[in-house]
Amino acid sequence: MDLSAINPALLIASLLVAATPILLAGIGELVVERAGVLNLGVEGMMITGAICGFMATIITGSPALGFVFAAIGGAALSFLFALLTQYALANQVASGLALTLFGLGLSSLLGQDYVGLKPPSTPKLDIPILSDLPFLGTVLFNHDAIVYLGIALVAAVWATLKYTRVGLVLRAVGENHDAAHALGYKVVRIRVLAIMFGGACAGLGGAYISLIRVPQWTEGMTAGAGWIALALVVFASWKPWRVLLGAWLFGGVTVLQLNLQAAGVAIPVEYLSMSPYIITILVLVIMSADKSRAPASLGRIFHASS
Amino acid sequence: MFKLEKRPQPSKAFAYLTPILAIIATMIAGGLLFMALGKNPFEAIRTIFWDPLFGEFAFYYRPQLLVKGGPLILIAIGLSLGFRAGIWNIGAEGQYIVGAICGAGVGLAFYPMEAWYIFPLMITAGAFGGWAWAMIPALLKVKFQTNEILVSLMLVYVAEQLLASMSLGLLKNPDGHGFPGSRNLKDYPSAFNDEIITGSGMHWGVLTAFIAVIFAYILLNRHMLGFSIRLTGEAPRAAKFSSVNPTRLILFCLGMSGALAGLAGMFEVSGPAGQISIDFNTGYGFTAIIVAFLGRLHPVGILFAGLLMALTYIGGEIAQANLGLPAAAIQLFQGMLLFFLLAVDLLTNYSIKRVKTEAL
Amino acid sequence: MTGTLLKIEGLTKAYPGVVANDSVSFEIKYGEVHALLGENGAGKSTLVKMIYGLVKPDSGTMLMNGAPFAPPEPRAARASGVAMVFQHFSLFDALNVAENIALGMEQPPAMRDLAEKIRTVSEDYGLPLDPYKTVGDLSAGERQRVEIIRCLLQDPKLLIMDEPTSVLTPQEVEILFETLRKLTAEGVAILYISHKLEEIRALCDAATILRLGKNVGTCIPAETSARDMAELMVGTELQTPKSAGAALGDVVLDISGLSIPSPSAFGTPLRNIHLRLRSGEVLGIGGVAGNGQDELLLALSGEIRTAHDAVKLKGEPIGQLAPNARRMRGLLTAPEERLGHAAAPNMSLTENALLTGNTRRGLSSRGFLKWAKARSFAEEIIEKFDVRTPGPDNAARSLSGGNLQKFVIGREVLQDPDVLIVNQPTWGVDASAAASIRQAILDLAAGGTAVIVISQDLDELMEVADNFAALNEGRLTETRPTQGLTIDEIGLMMGGAHGMEVAHV
Repeated sequence: MDLSAINPALLIASLLVAATPILLAGIGELVVERAGVLNLGVEGMMITGAICGFMATIITGSPALGFVFAAIGGAALSFLFALLTQYALANQVASGLALTLFGLGLSSLLGQDYVGLKPPSTPKLDIPILSDLPFLGTVLFNHDAIVYLGIALVAAVWATLKYTRVGLVLRAVGENHDAAHALGYKVVRIRVLAIMFGGACAGLGGAYISLIRVPQWTEGMTAGAGWIALALVVFASWKPWRVLLGAWLFGGVTVLQLNLQAAGVAIPVEYLSMSPYIITILVLVIMSADKSRAPASLGRIFHASS
Repeated sequence: MFKLEKRPQPSKAFAYLTPILAIIATMIAGGLLFMALGKNPFEAIRTIFWDPLFGEFAFYYRPQLLVKGGPLILIAIGLSLGFRAGIWNIGAEGQYIVGAICGAGVGLAFYPMEAWYIFPLMITAGAFGGWAWAMIPALLKVKFQTNEILVSLMLVYVAEQLLASMSLGLLKNPDGHGFPGSRNLKDYPSAFNDEIITGSGMHWGVLTAFIAVIFAYILLNRHMLGFSIRLTGEAPRAAKFSSVNPTRLILFCLGMSGALAGLAGMFEVSGPAGQISIDFNTGYGFTAIIVAFLGRLHPVGILFAGLLMALTYIGGEIAQANLGLPAAAIQLFQGMLLFFLLAVDLLTNYSIKRVKTEAL
Repeated sequence: MTGTLLKIEGLTKAYPGVVANDSVSFEIKYGEVHALLGENGAGKSTLVKMIYGLVKPDSGTMLMNGAPFAPPEPRAARASGVAMVFQHFSLFDALNVAENIALGMEQPPAMRDLAEKIRTVSEDYGLPLDPYKTVGDLSAGERQRVEIIRCLLQDPKLLIMDEPTSVLTPQEVEILFETLRKLTAEGVAILYISHKLEEIRALCDAATILRLGKNVGTCIPAETSARDMAELMVGTELQTPKSAGAALGDVVLDISGLSIPSPSAFGTPLRNIHLRLRSGEVLGIGGVAGNGQDELLLALSGEIRTAHDAVKLKGEPIGQLAPNARRMRGLLTAPEERLGHAAAPNMSLTENALLTGNTRRGLSSRGFLKWAKARSFAEEIIEKFDVRTPGPDNAARSLSGGNLQKFVIGREVLQDPDVLIVNQPTWGVDASAAASIRQAILDLAAGGTAVIVISQDLDELMEVADNFAALNEGRLTETRPTQGLTIDEIGLMMGGAHGMEVAHV
């Protein structure tokens, strides 16, 4: 066992990379839940984004386009969820699960011919002096654009929710959809848009896994990241900056256990692989007491009766 | 323009009609899907739905209906009790795995001794394992109000890792030449889950599934506990008013579904699958969710839905072999079925009315 | 400004099975307080929803200042100068006052400016508000203020108020009236929906009376007696429930030191409640919504457990017992929320009869249900309480409010309770159903049952109760006999004006 082989700078840098997919999916789902909708289909949207992004990148040769198509793919799938829950008034839990199963099947099907291929790599940031700094350079200034996008997205969501009218209306819809409707706000439309935003973010997160983190396509490669993103939103008490914190925590656990595996620590590999999931459960338990902060209309079906 | 109007009464007619409508819609959508994949849609539908029942080799495939349907029905019955009460056990796959591990573990612990009580002990162990695995989200929900969806799901991934660990470690076959996986229980008569009627496909697990259907029917329709379950799902405040104890309900529903899933796993590993291996679990725990909804959370409905789903599995395999249809297409097909069912279910409680856009 | 502000002609709106408004016509003048009077179900809500643009009329016209007025949505109505304060507030508990008001405005100014405006306007009209307070923490009267200020900031020409005083103590009602008088002095017209005759006579210049969707007459309240207006509203001679006035027996329910936190985030905790109830007694507990009524009912029904001897039934401490255990011992309750709490909306009346009738009516044996017995119990309720429904297999949600309430109360009455506690027994119920429910309560008391009626309707309490106490911020006042109790005394028991100021007129 050789713990000294673990480089702290690289560890933190890879933490940021590991955190990015769930950060993206998490911040998207936060917006959806603040609007009062519980979308359990994050895993399905992520894997769909993963394959759409992968396919687009291979076909067009451009990772940037790949990410765009990933977002579109995730949003398109989430639109099906929106149809079910906002128009057909279906139960949100069942619909989210249906979305996940559907997404997993769809992505497996689409990805048939793409197994084993290597996508063109995404360029990393290379700022002349900053990127070469000994510790901070590796940790902060050597990442691909999407990592920074994730953090920027958190800031944008926070500012929008807190300071803009759009954010206020979204929060109102999530708190009391009947009152919002009575005041003349288009609850369904706002929720559909929020759901699609969440889908696009989840798609981006999924594509990050297939295009940058691995980078390859395998069936079911998200391996529960979508569910962790859902747990993340609860952990964050629906506050944007806490999503970032939580993503770093989970990313950290994932990366740490991989490093421990590589360093030959005497714990069987399988138990180390379990750790992110077990930590998720522990975190959920700790945060469960904070139920009062959930948007009051979360998960309830809205039907305008007038 | 169309408007949704709530019906004064839930429509009984539509309650029966919706699964049929959903199946028809899925066949149409599925047909389009198959066309997009370059296969003849009619041939594909026929291969999936007709051939296993009435085709050339139906005598081989029909028993498979019970083999594949049994675990689905057993798990789905357990799930439906919880779903009816708004208790979402999504981790049945994990409980299935742990039940299999416990059941196989107990059996292998006795090897090579032969005795009549080994199999019943394995059954108890399997049920216990699944029950215990489901108690984790249950107790966390009762004590800390932790969301059982996420906890039970996380435990699926943990269970999969546990399975891998067992296949490579504790339960590894000492005579297996170093290959991962446990001893094959087919070669161990006391522990083998054999067919009760040879050639019918009906092993002890299938029989248990049928018993579970009857038990669930009686529970839901004739017993106070079943009424409490239905009431909790329909109107939680009214349930509390009616003196339903939410803790008892959560423990019962999650425990029961865990035990049934564990049983399914145990019957599977000691029967059709044969051994504990890394890829032992084939997603029954998740497909059972579809089966539960397709059966409208009703025991008899689940019985039919389970058989239907088994049909799609078997037909799918045939289509894979004969028509080159990818396996993922069947998974997609099953997901679509759930989608359509949820969408069409709306008609039970709402009617669609035409509304003239008025000019004032 | 004088003259007609809004003229309504032949407005009609029908829903499946009922004509909500049938060719209604009337006029509202500038600076006039115009009452819209009628019983529950008369069509008042539908009419104002059409004026506010929430509902489109099937036929008829509206003229505002002589020009055609047909708002397609509330936004258009607001733009034309119509503002509305609903009976059920459209407020967001988790957001603060300023955010709530901003959400109700078209083009709200920046938060800081808005906060200033809120402070100024609210002070001017005698309804001071702190813009940064969380709405969920406000009292019902203060929440209404938020709604009113939200309207006033839009400079309305017509202010519609739907049953505004149902959430106010008598003192708070006075303050509201001062505010409204100030508004009318400035030329704003007020459409005042209510069924409280004395208030209308005190405040309103003109009144239009609706019955079963039709306009049955316009009058000047100051010149018309309450009795005449009531008869126009109901159409027939009103039967006042008759109390048998029996002697009171032993103490059956003894509550002492009952204190519990509220189960909901914005609820009211109960603080040190004391009361003693004798058999044959009807105790009326008054109070504006949100002062602990729900919590009191939950504590007595057993849905919330309390200290062991905080509640004693016939001498036995039952504070820790579950609802069915209390039912077995003779304590029954009927909650406020008909659909979702007292009854399961999608389940049949038979199943709903089973909901509470299981224990006392022997509807199960060792857990196994006796459906035939449950069904006949449901049929008995339907028959004895004149519940209009095709049969016991119908879903609870298919019944009208009044019929469902009759079923829910009847279900408890037919179980022969020793103590019955009802919360808002006639809320939203038509006049004849309300009268029969009140009579059922009186008959029950005459038979020796001790009854507690929790209600916001003071008239109702004065009618049926022997004694009166008020719930205010989770505290229960001393019990006083209803005989001889004045409105002012009641108002003070209910907490006076909760720290409100009178308008600086």
